[in-house]
Amino acid sequence: MTDSIDPIVEVRDVHLSFGTTEVLSGVSFDVRKGGVVCIIGPSGAGKSTLLRCINGLVPINQGTIRVARFQVNALKTDAEKIALRKEVSMVFQQYNLFPHKTALENVMMAPIHVLREDPKEVRERAVALMAKVGLQTKQDAYPGELSGGQQQRVAIARSLAMRPEVMLFDEVTAALDPETVKEVLNAIKELAREGMTCILVTHEMRFARELAHEVIFTDGGKIVESAPPAELFDHPKQERTKAFLSQVL
Amino acid sequence: MNVLLPINLPKPAASAPWRLEVSHGVILAGLFVVGCGLAQAQVVPGQPSVLDTIAKWTPVLAKGFVFNLAISFVAMTIGTMAGFFLGAAQISLLAPVRGGAWLTMNFFRNAPWLVLLFYCMFLIPFQVTIFGKTIPIPDWTKATLGLALPVMANVAEVVRGAIQSIPTTQWEAASSLAFNRRQALWMIIIPQCIKRMLPPWMNLYAILTMSTVLASIVGVDEMMTQTQRALSAEARPGLLLAFYSYVLLWFFAYCYPIARWTVRLEARYAVRQ
Amino acid sequence: MQPVWDWFRWLNQATGINLTIFYDAFDRTRFASGFWMTVKLSVICIVLSILIGILGAWAQGSRHRILRGAMHWYIQAFRNTPPLVQLYFFYFGLGSLITGVTGPLVTNVGWAIVSLSFFAGAFNVEIFRAGIEAVPRTTIEAAASLGFSRWQTYRQIVFPLAFRISLPALNNNLINLVKTTTLAYAIAVPEMLYVSSQIWSDELNVPVMMNVLLLCYFLLVGIVVWMMSRWERAVRVPGFGV
Repeated sequence: MTDSIDPIVEVRDVHLSFGTTEVLSGVSFDVRKGGVVCIIGPSGAGKSTLLRCINGLVPINQGTIRVARFQVNALKTDAEKIALRKEVSMVFQQYNLFPHKTALENVMMAPIHVLREDPKEVRERAVALMAKVGLQTKQDAYPGELSGGQQQRVAIARSLAMRPEVMLFDEVTAALDPETVKEVLNAIKELAREGMTCILVTHEMRFARELAHEVIFTDGGKIVESAPPAELFDHPKQERTKAFLSQVL
Repeated sequence: MNVLLPINLPKPAASAPWRLEVSHGVILAGLFVVGCGLAQAQVVPGQPSVLDTIAKWTPVLAKGFVFNLAISFVAMTIGTMAGFFLGAAQISLLAPVRGGAWLTMNFFRNAPWLVLLFYCMFLIPFQVTIFGKTIPIPDWTKATLGLALPVMANVAEVVRGAIQSIPTTQWEAASSLAFNRRQALWMIIIPQCIKRMLPPWMNLYAILTMSTVLASIVGVDEMMTQTQRALSAEARPGLLLAFYSYVLLWFFAYCYPIARWTVRLEARYAVRQ
Repeated sequence: MQPVWDWFRWLNQATGINLTIFYDAFDRTRFASGFWMTVKLSVICIVLSILIGILGAWAQGSRHRILRGAMHWYIQAFRNTPPLVQLYFFYFGLGSLITGVTGPLVTNVGWAIVSLSFFAGAFNVEIFRAGIEAVPRTTIEAAASLGFSRWQTYRQIVFPLAFRISLPALNNNLINLVKTTTLAYAIAVPEMLYVSSQIWSDELNVPVMMNVLLLCYFLLVGIVVWMMSRWERAVRVPGFGV
């Protein structure tokens, strides 16, 4: 998995406990620039928590996380974390759009207030992004007026507006019905084909098989097996992987 | 939501429930001592200390406070009983009854409590003759009735809200068991409402208790009037702060536990939609 | 306007409904000034109490335990004690301490405003706090993930949403504030109740004045309700069940 070029995301021996419950027990993996990594596994395995550690929302107890030039576990002040989040964007399962702003405003807000870019330029870029995710007609709609799939695509556009290096997707299709799942996955496919570094926590095995460069199976806070999709899905080496796959496939 | 985060996350300290503890009493007493200290600083040597003066007047003030509580109990009882009927009248099938009840409720809800008090003090006759017997109506009775009116209106609102929050399936079940509407209301619906009405009702009682001091403005002898008498008898400006803090403390000591208890009841009986 | 006043004079002679506040110039000005004093008290106290509420809600979410504790005690003290006694405490108690060379520094109107604003402010802090806590944590997470600072998140996302959620409860509290201005009577502030009591002791038309008073308070409360519902409609977000 590791290349001669330095990976853009490096996770080394991360441990995290909430109280007495150990959520992550020694997780290590790398992601190269432009790589697509899918993390699969049973619920409660700490997958979403791992994503939140990568963009600094949750502090870790032990280990190191490096994203581009940021040593995430060493970031203390808000200002440092904000600098990190200009490079790493996250899309959530529940979309988390800001309900009091229109779709276009949602996309424009962060570049204007955080990156302090020129509002006119931001607007142009936002309109282009909305078209990219196929929602050019819904610019002035409020999130409450959009369907789940549409909201999720706006959320993706919102994250893209920050021009991140890495995008994290936290089970983004779990709350959607099968037809809308396709809309969203197509949008992510586009991104991956354009060379965006993506780390996805997902249950969509077909998507992982089609698009991922590497699939990581976690269980009980540890990485059980990690391999390119063809290998992992067709010839799993570990028993636990086999058991999990037989249940979900 | 966050499916993958473990269920038993530690709660942040800011949302830990506040319990009435000894430390609260210590802080209160501390504030009182500071207040007295300030007052004591203004005392001319040769006069009795602030704490002595307060201790001297405490029995009188205590009797006044008990009278405030008595007014609150009577007003709450009358208001609650009337409020139940007014609340039930709001869901009557007869439009004039519904309309009349709604008007009455909003009339007494939107009027300031002090104005209603004045209303009753001036407009209720000082004696009434029933069946040849003349019954005098003392000032405190008029004040109690004056306080019972907004209580009635607020209880009606609480009752109406609680009745409307009971699902219609209950009414359907009752009528399919051949209960008539009145029986269904009083035997099935209202008993279920009692639990969910308890927190707002207790909140109302706390507000009412604090409003009993309004009676001092219309001339009823209760704790506030006694305090003002004590202050004018002592005629020392330094005592004003101490005495008013003292009165605040009495009411706080009575109402704060009720408020905490209400919060606990609210959490227990929260209506799960 | 004179024919209107004369009609009221006729009304008194014909039916005994003695509305001197219309046909008697002196009573008319007195009552009008009382009405405006009530309006003035209401407006100033509404504005101040909302400011106290916003600042207090921010303080209650702060990381400093002492600040949080202080806010908790401020709220509990003002919620669990009679507002009338609070008024006396401020006017007689604190007022007697803060005296300038040429008499009291703060007038009774001033103390009424201070006392009522702190009283209503305590309730507003809780209302705004509940609104802030009703904003889903995940929305705040999303804002943090986009790089918003804590203050930016509060200003751009949390506060607009919390405010919309709090509006109904705030509406209720502001109506109560308008009604509570009558307490200023006790420290001789010439608001509507005080002025009316002067008028009815002069003119001996107690029942009529009482009804007028009640109608005026309905009017004021009605105006507040109308303005708040206009406001609610103006900030409404389509599709957001708030």
